[in-house]
Amino acid sequence: MIAINDIHKSFGDAHVLKGITTVLETGKTNLIIGQSGSGKTVFLKCLLGLFSPEEGEIIYDDKAYSTLSGDEKRDLRQDMGMVFQGSALFDSMTVEGNVRFPLEMFTKQSKSEMKDRVDAVLERVNLIDAHHKYPSEISGGMQKRVAIARAIVMNPTYLFCDEPNSGLDPKTAILIDDLIKEITEEYNITTVINTHDMNSVMQIGEKIIFLKNGFKEWEGTKHEIFKTDNEAVTDFVYSSELFKKVRQMYIEERN
Amino acid sequence: MNHLSQIGSYFLMLREVFKKPTKWRIMKTLILKEIDELIYGSLGIIIFISFFIGAVVAIQTALNLTNPLIPRNLIGFATRQSVILEFAPTFVSIIMAGKVGSYITSSIGTMRVTEQIDALEVMGVNSLNYLVFPKIIAMLFYPFAIAISMYVGIFGGWLAGVFGGFLTSADFVQGLTMDFIPFHIAYAFIKTLLFAIVIATIPSFHGYYMKGGALEVGKASTTSFVWTSVVIIILNYLLTQMLLG
Repeated sequence: MIAINDIHKSFGDAHVLKGITTVLETGKTNLIIGQSGSGKTVFLKCLLGLFSPEEGEIIYDDKAYSTLSGDEKRDLRQDMGMVFQGSALFDSMTVEGNVRFPLEMFTKQSKSEMKDRVDAVLERVNLIDAHHKYPSEISGGMQKRVAIARAIVMNPTYLFCDEPNSGLDPKTAILIDDLIKEITEEYNITTVINTHDMNSVMQIGEKIIFLKNGFKEWEGTKHEIFKTDNEAVTDFVYSSELFKKVRQMYIEERN
Repeated sequence: MNHLSQIGSYFLMLREVFKKPTKWRIMKTLILKEIDELIYGSLGIIIFISFFIGAVVAIQTALNLTNPLIPRNLIGFATRQSVILEFAPTFVSIIMAGKVGSYITSSIGTMRVTEQIDALEVMGVNSLNYLVFPKIIAMLFYPFAIAISMYVGIFGGWLAGVFGGFLTSADFVQGLTMDFIPFHIAYAFIKTLLFAIVIATIPSFHGYYMKGGALEVGKASTTSFVWTSVVIIILNYLLTQMLLG
Protein backbone atom coordinates (compact mmCIF):
# COMPACT_ATOMS: atom_id res chain seq x y z
CA MET A 1 0.00 0.00 0.00
CA ILE A 2 1.21 3.50 -0.78
CA ALA A 3 -0.32 6.37 1.19
CA ILE A 4 0.07 9.81 -0.34
CA ASN A 5 -0.57 12.78 1.96
CA ASP A 6 -1.04 16.23 0.47
CA ILE A 7 1.94 16.30 -1.91
CA HIS A 8 2.93 19.46 -3.74
CA LYS A 9 5.48 19.78 -6.52
CA SER A 10 6.55 22.86 -8.48
CA PHE A 11 9.03 23.58 -11.25
CA GLY A 12 9.96 27.27 -11.05
CA ASP A 13 6.66 29.17 -11.17
CA ALA A 14 4.69 26.17 -12.41
CA HIS A 15 2.81 24.54 -9.54
CA VAL A 16 2.26 21.06 -11.02
CA LEU A 17 0.92 19.02 -8.09
CA LYS A 18 -1.33 21.02 -5.78
CA GLY A 19 -1.96 18.81 -2.78
CA ILE A 20 -2.81 15.23 -3.74
CA THR A 21 -3.98 12.82 -1.05
CA THR A 22 -4.92 9.23 -1.81
CA VAL A 23 -4.16 5.59 -1.00
CA LEU A 24 -2.91 3.13 -3.62
CA GLU A 25 -4.02 -0.32 -2.62
CA THR A 26 -2.10 -3.61 -2.52
CA GLY A 27 -3.14 -6.38 -4.89
CA LYS A 28 -5.05 -3.92 -7.08
CA THR A 29 -4.39 -2.06 -10.30
CA ASN A 30 -4.47 1.63 -9.38
CA LEU A 31 -4.90 3.80 -12.47
CA ILE A 32 -3.93 7.46 -12.66
CA ILE A 33 -5.82 9.14 -15.48
CA GLY A 34 -6.12 12.69 -16.73
CA GLN A 35 -5.43 14.88 -19.72
CA SER A 36 -1.93 15.73 -20.89
CA GLY A 37 -0.45 18.32 -18.54
CA SER A 38 -2.63 17.26 -15.60
CA GLY A 39 0.43 16.19 -13.58
CA LYS A 40 0.22 12.39 -14.04
CA THR A 41 3.86 11.87 -15.00
CA VAL A 42 5.14 14.20 -12.26
CA PHE A 43 2.94 12.34 -9.76
CA LEU A 44 4.35 8.99 -10.90
CA LYS A 45 7.94 10.28 -10.78
CA CYS A 46 7.30 11.52 -7.22
CA LEU A 47 6.11 8.01 -6.30
CA LEU A 48 9.27 6.57 -7.86
CA GLY A 49 11.47 8.98 -5.93
CA LEU A 50 12.79 10.58 -9.12
CA PHE A 51 11.24 13.92 -8.03
CA SER A 52 11.03 15.09 -4.41
CA PRO A 53 7.77 16.81 -3.43
CA GLU A 54 8.23 20.16 -1.65
CA GLU A 55 5.39 19.41 0.74
CA GLY A 56 3.54 16.31 1.83
CA GLU A 57 4.57 12.75 2.43
CA ILE A 58 4.60 9.46 0.55
CA ILE A 59 4.46 6.38 2.77
CA TYR A 60 5.37 2.97 1.34
CA ASP A 61 3.66 0.52 3.73
CA ASP A 62 5.32 1.77 6.94
CA LYS A 63 8.21 3.75 5.44
CA ALA A 64 7.91 7.52 5.00
CA TYR A 65 10.10 8.30 1.99
CA SER A 66 11.30 11.72 3.20
CA THR A 67 12.68 10.24 6.44
CA LEU A 68 14.83 7.63 4.66
CA SER A 69 18.58 8.05 4.14
CA GLY A 70 20.07 7.95 0.65
CA ASP A 71 20.99 4.28 0.96
CA GLU A 72 17.57 3.38 2.42
CA LYS A 73 15.93 5.14 -0.52
CA ARG A 74 18.04 3.09 -2.94
CA ASP A 75 17.13 -0.08 -1.03
CA LEU A 76 13.45 0.82 -1.22
CA ARG A 77 13.80 1.32 -4.96
CA GLN A 78 14.92 -2.28 -5.26
CA ASP A 79 11.37 -3.15 -4.14
CA MET A 80 9.99 -1.20 -7.09
CA GLY A 81 9.52 -2.35 -10.64
CA MET A 82 8.93 0.16 -13.39
CA VAL A 83 7.65 -0.20 -16.93
CA PHE A 84 8.51 2.97 -18.81
CA GLN A 85 6.46 4.47 -21.63
CA GLY A 86 9.18 3.73 -24.18
CA SER A 87 10.18 0.49 -22.37
CA ALA A 88 13.65 1.98 -21.54
CA LEU A 89 15.42 -1.30 -22.27
CA PHE A 90 19.22 -1.13 -22.35
CA ASP A 91 20.12 -1.13 -26.07
CA SER A 92 23.52 -2.67 -25.49
CA MET A 93 22.07 -5.79 -23.81
CA THR A 94 20.07 -8.69 -25.14
CA VAL A 95 16.57 -9.44 -23.85
CA GLU A 96 18.11 -11.93 -21.42
CA GLY A 97 20.74 -9.40 -20.33
CA ASN A 98 18.08 -6.76 -19.68
CA VAL A 99 16.01 -9.09 -17.48
CA ARG A 100 19.08 -10.50 -15.71
CA PHE A 101 20.48 -7.01 -15.00
CA PRO A 102 18.72 -6.36 -11.63
CA LEU A 103 19.66 -9.87 -10.43
CA GLU A 104 23.32 -9.28 -11.30
CA MET A 105 23.30 -5.91 -9.60
CA PHE A 106 21.55 -6.77 -6.37
CA THR A 107 21.66 -10.49 -5.67
CA LYS A 108 24.35 -13.04 -4.99
CA GLN A 109 22.65 -15.71 -7.09
CA SER A 110 24.76 -18.11 -9.11
CA LYS A 111 24.64 -17.98 -12.91
CA SER A 112 22.35 -21.02 -13.08
CA GLU A 113 19.96 -19.56 -10.47
CA MET A 114 19.82 -16.34 -12.43
CA LYS A 115 19.20 -18.22 -15.67
CA ASP A 116 16.34 -20.16 -14.09
CA ARG A 117 14.74 -16.97 -12.76
CA VAL A 118 15.15 -15.14 -16.10
CA ASP A 119 13.66 -18.11 -17.98
CA ALA A 120 10.74 -18.21 -15.54
CA VAL A 121 9.81 -14.54 -15.88
CA LEU A 122 10.30 -14.52 -19.65
CA GLU A 123 8.02 -17.53 -19.84
CA ARG A 124 5.54 -15.71 -17.57
CA VAL A 125 5.33 -12.85 -20.07
CA ASN A 126 5.12 -15.32 -22.97
CA LEU A 127 8.56 -14.57 -24.39
CA ILE A 128 10.41 -17.82 -24.84
CA ASP A 129 12.42 -17.48 -28.03
CA ALA A 130 13.70 -13.94 -27.66
CA HIS A 131 16.51 -14.46 -25.11
CA HIS A 132 19.36 -13.56 -27.43
CA LYS A 133 17.70 -10.79 -29.41
CA TYR A 134 18.49 -7.12 -28.89
CA PRO A 135 15.70 -4.61 -28.11
CA SER A 136 16.01 -3.14 -31.62
CA GLU A 137 15.27 -6.58 -33.12
CA ILE A 138 11.89 -7.09 -31.42
CA SER A 139 8.46 -5.44 -31.78
CA GLY A 140 7.05 -2.74 -29.49
CA GLY A 141 4.71 -5.23 -27.81
CA MET A 142 7.60 -7.62 -27.15
CA GLN A 143 9.70 -4.75 -25.77
CA LYS A 144 6.86 -3.94 -23.34
CA ARG A 145 6.78 -7.59 -22.24
CA VAL A 146 10.55 -7.58 -21.70
CA ALA A 147 10.14 -4.37 -19.66
CA ILE A 148 7.47 -6.10 -17.55
CA ALA A 149 9.72 -9.15 -17.11
CA ARG A 150 12.60 -6.89 -16.00
CA ALA A 151 10.26 -5.06 -13.61
CA ILE A 152 9.06 -8.25 -11.88
CA VAL A 153 12.27 -10.27 -11.89
CA MET A 154 13.18 -9.10 -8.36
CA ASN A 155 9.68 -9.86 -6.97
CA PRO A 156 8.86 -6.20 -6.36
CA THR A 157 6.36 -4.92 -3.79
CA TYR A 158 5.37 -2.03 -6.04
CA LEU A 159 4.94 -2.01 -9.81
CA PHE A 160 4.70 1.27 -11.71
CA CYS A 161 3.72 1.52 -15.38
CA ASP A 162 3.85 4.73 -17.39
CA GLU A 163 1.51 4.55 -20.38
CA PRO A 164 2.14 0.82 -20.87
CA ASN A 165 -0.08 0.73 -23.97
CA SER A 166 1.22 3.72 -25.85
CA GLY A 167 2.21 2.89 -29.40
CA LEU A 168 0.63 -0.58 -29.33
CA ASP A 169 -2.19 -1.93 -31.47
CA PRO A 170 -5.49 -2.52 -29.59
CA LYS A 171 -5.06 -6.29 -29.46
CA THR A 172 -1.53 -6.16 -28.06
CA ALA A 173 -2.63 -3.40 -25.67
CA ILE A 174 -5.29 -5.72 -24.22
CA LEU A 175 -2.69 -8.50 -23.83
CA ILE A 176 -0.38 -6.13 -21.95
CA ASP A 177 -3.25 -4.91 -19.73
CA ASP A 178 -4.27 -8.46 -18.90
CA LEU A 179 -0.69 -9.43 -18.17
CA ILE A 180 -0.24 -6.52 -15.74
CA LYS A 181 -3.50 -7.37 -13.97
CA GLU A 182 -2.62 -11.08 -13.70
CA ILE A 183 0.83 -10.28 -12.33
CA THR A 184 -0.65 -7.82 -9.80
CA GLU A 185 -2.96 -10.52 -8.43
CA GLU A 186 -0.43 -13.33 -8.65
CA TYR A 187 2.34 -11.45 -6.81
CA ASN A 188 -0.08 -9.41 -4.62
CA ILE A 189 1.73 -6.18 -5.43
CA THR A 190 0.69 -2.54 -5.46
CA THR A 191 0.42 -1.62 -9.12
CA VAL A 192 0.17 1.98 -10.27
CA ILE A 193 -0.56 2.65 -13.94
CA ASN A 194 -0.40 6.04 -15.57
CA THR A 195 -2.62 6.09 -18.64
CA HIS A 196 -5.07 7.98 -20.80
CA ASP A 197 -6.22 4.86 -22.58
CA MET A 198 -9.90 4.44 -21.67
CA ASN A 199 -9.84 0.83 -22.81
CA SER A 200 -7.34 0.13 -20.01
CA VAL A 201 -9.55 1.94 -17.54
CA MET A 202 -12.48 -0.27 -18.47
CA GLN A 203 -10.39 -3.43 -18.68
CA ILE A 204 -8.26 -3.32 -15.53
CA GLY A 205 -9.14 -0.18 -13.53
CA GLU A 206 -9.83 -1.41 -10.01
CA LYS A 207 -9.08 1.95 -8.49
CA ILE A 208 -9.07 5.07 -10.64
CA ILE A 209 -7.68 8.46 -9.69
CA PHE A 210 -8.51 11.33 -12.01
CA LEU A 211 -6.10 14.29 -11.98
CA LYS A 212 -6.92 17.71 -13.35
CA ASN A 213 -4.63 20.76 -13.25
CA GLY A 214 -2.55 19.21 -10.47
CA PHE A 215 -5.53 18.38 -8.22
CA LYS A 216 -7.17 15.03 -7.52
CA GLU A 217 -10.51 15.70 -9.16
CA TRP A 218 -12.11 12.32 -8.57
CA GLU A 219 -11.41 8.76 -7.45
CA GLY A 220 -13.40 5.56 -7.60
CA THR A 221 -13.77 2.23 -9.41
CA LYS A 222 -14.41 1.50 -13.07
CA HIS A 223 -18.07 0.83 -12.21
CA GLU A 224 -18.42 4.14 -10.40
CA ILE A 225 -16.91 6.06 -13.29
CA PHE A 226 -20.04 5.27 -15.37
CA LYS A 227 -22.29 6.81 -12.73
CA THR A 228 -20.32 9.87 -11.75
CA ASP A 229 -21.76 13.31 -12.38
CA ASN A 230 -18.36 14.97 -12.14
CA GLU A 231 -18.25 17.05 -15.28
CA ALA A 232 -14.47 16.98 -15.69
CA VAL A 233 -14.45 13.17 -15.51
CA THR A 234 -17.36 12.71 -17.92
CA ASP A 235 -15.79 15.21 -20.34
CA PHE A 236 -12.56 13.22 -20.29
CA VAL A 237 -13.97 9.71 -20.28
CA TYR A 238 -16.73 10.29 -22.81
CA SER A 239 -14.78 12.40 -25.24
CA SER A 240 -15.09 9.51 -27.71
CA GLU A 241 -18.41 8.61 -29.34
CA LEU A 242 -17.84 4.94 -28.56
CA PHE A 243 -17.69 5.54 -24.81
CA LYS A 244 -20.70 7.88 -24.93
CA LYS A 245 -22.69 4.96 -26.40
CA VAL A 246 -21.26 2.50 -23.86
CA ARG A 247 -22.33 4.78 -21.02
CA GLN A 248 -25.79 5.23 -22.50
CA MET A 249 -26.18 1.46 -22.80
CA TYR A 250 -24.93 0.99 -19.23
CA ILE A 251 -27.39 3.54 -17.84
CA GLU A 252 -30.27 2.02 -19.82
CA GLU A 253 -29.32 -1.45 -18.60
CA ARG A 254 -29.28 -0.23 -14.98
CA ASN A 255 -32.66 1.42 -15.37
CA MET B 1 25.96 32.95 -13.12
CA ASN B 2 24.75 30.04 -15.22
CA HIS B 3 28.33 28.97 -15.91
CA LEU B 4 29.15 29.09 -12.18
CA SER B 5 26.14 26.90 -11.44
CA GLN B 6 27.25 24.48 -14.17
CA ILE B 7 30.75 24.28 -12.69
CA GLY B 8 29.19 23.58 -9.28
CA SER B 9 26.97 20.87 -10.76
CA TYR B 10 30.01 19.33 -12.49
CA PHE B 11 31.88 18.94 -9.19
CA LEU B 12 28.77 17.62 -7.44
CA MET B 13 28.50 15.06 -10.25
CA LEU B 14 32.12 14.01 -9.68
CA ARG B 15 31.38 13.46 -5.97
CA GLU B 16 28.36 11.30 -6.86
CA VAL B 17 30.44 9.24 -9.34
CA PHE B 18 32.53 7.85 -6.49
CA LYS B 19 29.59 7.09 -4.16
CA LYS B 20 27.88 3.70 -3.76
CA PRO B 21 30.04 1.71 -6.17
CA THR B 22 28.64 -0.91 -8.50
CA LYS B 23 29.64 -4.55 -7.80
CA TRP B 24 33.25 -5.16 -8.86
CA ARG B 25 32.22 -8.17 -10.98
CA ILE B 26 30.05 -5.91 -13.13
CA MET B 27 32.33 -2.89 -12.98
CA LYS B 28 35.29 -4.96 -14.27
CA THR B 29 33.33 -5.87 -17.40
CA LEU B 30 32.23 -2.26 -17.90
CA ILE B 31 35.81 -0.98 -17.56
CA LEU B 32 37.14 -3.51 -20.10
CA LYS B 33 34.34 -2.57 -22.49
CA GLU B 34 35.15 1.13 -22.15
CA ILE B 35 38.90 0.52 -22.64
CA ASP B 36 38.03 -1.28 -25.85
CA GLU B 37 35.64 1.47 -26.97
CA LEU B 38 37.49 4.61 -25.85
CA ILE B 39 41.18 3.66 -26.08
CA TYR B 40 41.61 0.68 -28.40
CA GLY B 41 38.91 2.01 -30.72
CA SER B 42 40.75 5.33 -31.03
CA LEU B 43 44.22 3.96 -31.76
CA GLY B 44 43.66 3.96 -35.53
CA ILE B 45 42.87 7.65 -35.77
CA ILE B 46 45.58 8.54 -33.22
CA ILE B 47 48.24 6.67 -35.25
CA PHE B 48 47.02 8.14 -38.53
CA ILE B 49 47.03 11.74 -37.27
CA SER B 50 50.28 11.43 -35.36
CA PHE B 51 52.15 9.97 -38.33
CA PHE B 52 51.19 12.80 -40.66
CA ILE B 53 51.57 15.55 -38.06
CA GLY B 54 55.11 14.32 -37.32
CA ALA B 55 55.84 14.21 -41.04
CA VAL B 56 54.52 17.72 -41.63
CA VAL B 57 56.46 19.15 -38.68
CA ALA B 58 59.66 17.67 -40.09
CA ILE B 59 59.00 19.01 -43.61
CA GLN B 60 57.95 22.47 -42.36
CA THR B 61 61.07 22.73 -40.21
CA ALA B 62 63.26 21.60 -43.09
CA LEU B 63 61.72 24.10 -45.51
CA ASN B 64 62.19 26.94 -43.04
CA LEU B 65 65.86 26.20 -42.39
CA THR B 66 67.22 28.34 -45.19
CA ASN B 67 70.36 29.46 -43.34
CA PRO B 68 73.21 27.02 -44.19
CA LEU B 69 74.80 27.72 -40.80
CA ILE B 70 71.95 26.04 -38.97
CA PRO B 71 72.64 22.27 -38.73
CA ARG B 72 70.13 19.91 -40.40
CA ASN B 73 69.86 17.81 -37.25
CA LEU B 74 67.66 20.61 -35.90
CA ILE B 75 64.85 18.98 -37.93
CA GLY B 76 65.00 15.91 -35.67
CA PHE B 77 65.23 18.09 -32.58
CA ALA B 78 62.23 20.25 -33.59
CA THR B 79 60.17 17.19 -34.49
CA ARG B 80 60.88 15.57 -31.13
CA GLN B 81 60.13 18.71 -29.13
CA SER B 82 56.95 19.57 -31.05
CA VAL B 83 55.56 16.06 -30.98
CA ILE B 84 56.40 15.25 -27.36
CA LEU B 85 55.54 18.61 -25.81
CA GLU B 86 52.45 19.64 -27.75
CA PHE B 87 51.24 17.64 -30.72
CA ALA B 88 50.87 14.27 -29.04
CA PRO B 89 49.42 15.34 -25.68
CA THR B 90 47.45 18.47 -26.63
CA PHE B 91 46.59 18.23 -30.32
CA VAL B 92 45.58 14.57 -30.09
CA SER B 93 43.55 15.34 -26.95
CA ILE B 94 41.56 17.97 -28.86
CA ILE B 95 40.89 15.34 -31.55
CA MET B 96 39.88 12.88 -28.82
CA ALA B 97 37.57 15.50 -27.30
CA GLY B 98 35.75 15.34 -30.63
CA LYS B 99 35.86 11.61 -31.19
CA VAL B 100 35.57 10.13 -27.69
CA GLY B 101 33.79 13.14 -26.17
CA SER B 102 30.96 13.13 -28.72
CA TYR B 103 30.59 9.38 -28.29
CA ILE B 104 30.33 9.74 -24.50
CA THR B 105 27.86 12.65 -24.63
CA SER B 106 25.66 11.09 -27.28
CA SER B 107 25.60 7.62 -25.69
CA ILE B 108 24.76 8.95 -22.21
CA GLY B 109 22.43 11.60 -23.67
CA THR B 110 20.52 8.97 -25.64
CA MET B 111 20.17 6.93 -22.46
CA ARG B 112 18.74 10.03 -20.77
CA VAL B 113 16.28 10.71 -23.61
CA THR B 114 15.09 7.09 -23.76
CA GLU B 115 14.66 6.98 -19.95
CA GLN B 116 17.36 4.30 -19.55
CA ILE B 117 19.04 6.44 -16.86
CA ASP B 118 15.69 6.77 -15.05
CA ALA B 119 15.38 2.97 -15.28
CA LEU B 120 18.79 2.58 -13.58
CA GLU B 121 17.84 5.06 -10.84
CA VAL B 122 14.47 3.41 -10.23
CA MET B 123 16.24 0.07 -9.79
CA GLY B 124 18.41 1.65 -7.10
CA VAL B 125 21.60 1.76 -9.20
CA ASN B 126 23.89 4.77 -8.77
CA SER B 127 23.67 5.66 -12.46
CA LEU B 128 26.58 8.12 -12.34
CA ASN B 129 28.88 5.50 -10.87
CA TYR B 130 27.63 2.89 -13.34
CA LEU B 131 28.02 5.12 -16.40
CA VAL B 132 30.86 7.55 -15.68
CA PHE B 133 33.27 5.71 -13.36
CA PRO B 134 34.26 3.03 -15.94
CA LYS B 135 34.95 5.79 -18.47
CA ILE B 136 37.25 7.61 -16.04
CA ILE B 137 39.17 4.40 -15.28
CA ALA B 138 39.37 3.49 -18.98
CA MET B 139 40.74 6.93 -19.80
CA LEU B 140 43.56 6.41 -17.30
CA PHE B 141 45.01 4.18 -20.04
CA TYR B 142 45.02 7.16 -22.41
CA PRO B 143 48.72 7.96 -21.70
CA PHE B 144 49.58 4.62 -23.37
CA ALA B 145 47.82 5.83 -26.52
CA ILE B 146 49.74 9.10 -26.31
CA ALA B 147 53.03 7.21 -25.93
CA ILE B 148 52.18 5.42 -29.19
CA SER B 149 51.29 8.79 -30.71
CA MET B 150 54.71 10.20 -29.74
CA TYR B 151 56.51 7.22 -31.23
CA VAL B 152 54.54 7.25 -34.46
CA GLY B 153 54.79 11.05 -34.77
CA ILE B 154 58.58 10.95 -34.52
CA PHE B 155 58.68 7.99 -36.90
CA GLY B 156 56.59 10.00 -39.38
CA GLY B 157 59.02 12.89 -39.05
CA TRP B 158 61.99 10.58 -39.66
CA LEU B 159 60.34 9.01 -42.69
CA ALA B 160 59.38 12.38 -44.24
CA GLY B 161 62.73 13.94 -43.40
CA VAL B 162 64.95 11.12 -44.63
CA PHE B 163 62.94 9.92 -47.62
CA GLY B 164 62.05 13.49 -48.58
CA GLY B 165 65.75 14.15 -48.95
CA PHE B 166 65.91 16.86 -46.28
CA LEU B 167 68.49 15.19 -44.03
CA THR B 168 70.20 11.89 -43.36
CA SER B 169 68.93 9.31 -40.90
CA ALA B 170 72.04 9.88 -38.73
CA ASP B 171 71.35 13.63 -38.61
CA PHE B 172 67.74 13.02 -37.61
CA VAL B 173 68.70 10.59 -34.83
CA GLN B 174 71.40 12.97 -33.61
CA GLY B 175 68.82 15.79 -33.43
CA LEU B 176 66.42 13.49 -31.71
CA THR B 177 68.83 12.81 -28.87
CA MET B 178 70.20 16.35 -28.66
CA ASP B 179 69.60 18.29 -25.38
CA PHE B 180 67.06 15.73 -24.24
CA ILE B 181 65.37 16.68 -20.92
CA PRO B 182 63.65 13.61 -19.40
CA PHE B 183 61.27 15.83 -17.40
CA HIS B 184 59.63 16.83 -20.70
CA ILE B 185 58.28 13.30 -20.93
CA ALA B 186 56.92 13.53 -17.37
CA TYR B 187 55.38 16.92 -18.20
CA ALA B 188 53.70 15.46 -21.29
CA PHE B 189 52.24 12.53 -19.34
CA ILE B 190 51.04 14.68 -16.43
CA LYS B 191 49.19 16.81 -19.00
CA THR B 192 47.84 13.74 -20.74
CA LEU B 193 46.48 12.25 -17.53
CA LEU B 194 44.63 15.45 -16.64
CA PHE B 195 43.30 15.79 -20.19
CA ALA B 196 42.10 12.17 -19.98
CA ILE B 197 40.00 12.97 -16.90
CA VAL B 198 38.63 16.07 -18.65
CA ILE B 199 37.76 14.04 -21.78
CA ALA B 200 35.94 11.44 -19.67
CA THR B 201 34.03 13.74 -17.34
CA ILE B 202 32.98 16.91 -19.20
CA PRO B 203 31.20 15.01 -22.03
CA SER B 204 29.63 12.73 -19.40
CA PHE B 205 28.31 15.80 -17.57
CA HIS B 206 26.79 17.23 -20.76
CA GLY B 207 25.19 13.91 -21.66
CA TYR B 208 23.90 13.08 -18.19
CA TYR B 209 22.24 16.41 -17.48
CA MET B 210 20.85 17.08 -20.96
CA LYS B 211 17.13 17.67 -21.41
CA GLY B 212 15.00 17.24 -24.50
CA GLY B 213 15.08 14.89 -27.47
CA ALA B 214 17.30 13.75 -30.32
CA LEU B 215 18.07 17.31 -31.46
CA GLU B 216 19.28 18.22 -27.97
CA VAL B 217 21.57 15.16 -27.93
CA GLY B 218 23.31 16.63 -31.00
CA LYS B 219 23.49 20.07 -29.39
CA ALA B 220 24.86 18.58 -26.15
CA SER B 221 27.60 16.78 -28.13
CA THR B 222 28.64 20.04 -29.79
CA THR B 223 28.58 21.94 -26.49
CA SER B 224 30.58 19.23 -24.78
CA PHE B 225 33.23 19.30 -27.54
CA VAL B 226 33.53 23.08 -27.25
CA TRP B 227 33.86 23.03 -23.44
CA THR B 228 36.22 20.04 -23.37
CA SER B 229 38.49 21.80 -25.90
CA VAL B 230 38.36 25.09 -23.97
CA VAL B 231 39.25 23.37 -20.70
CA ILE B 232 42.09 21.42 -22.38
CA ILE B 233 43.54 24.63 -23.86
CA ILE B 234 43.33 26.51 -20.54
CA LEU B 235 44.73 23.56 -18.56
CA ASN B 236 47.54 23.26 -21.11
CA TYR B 237 48.50 26.87 -20.53
CA LEU B 238 48.33 26.61 -16.74
CA LEU B 239 50.28 23.33 -16.58
CA THR B 240 52.96 24.60 -18.94
CA GLN B 241 53.36 27.72 -16.82
CA MET B 242 53.47 25.69 -13.59
CA LEU B 243 55.70 22.82 -14.73
CA LEU B 244 58.02 24.43 -17.27
CA GLY B 245 57.74 28.17 -16.56
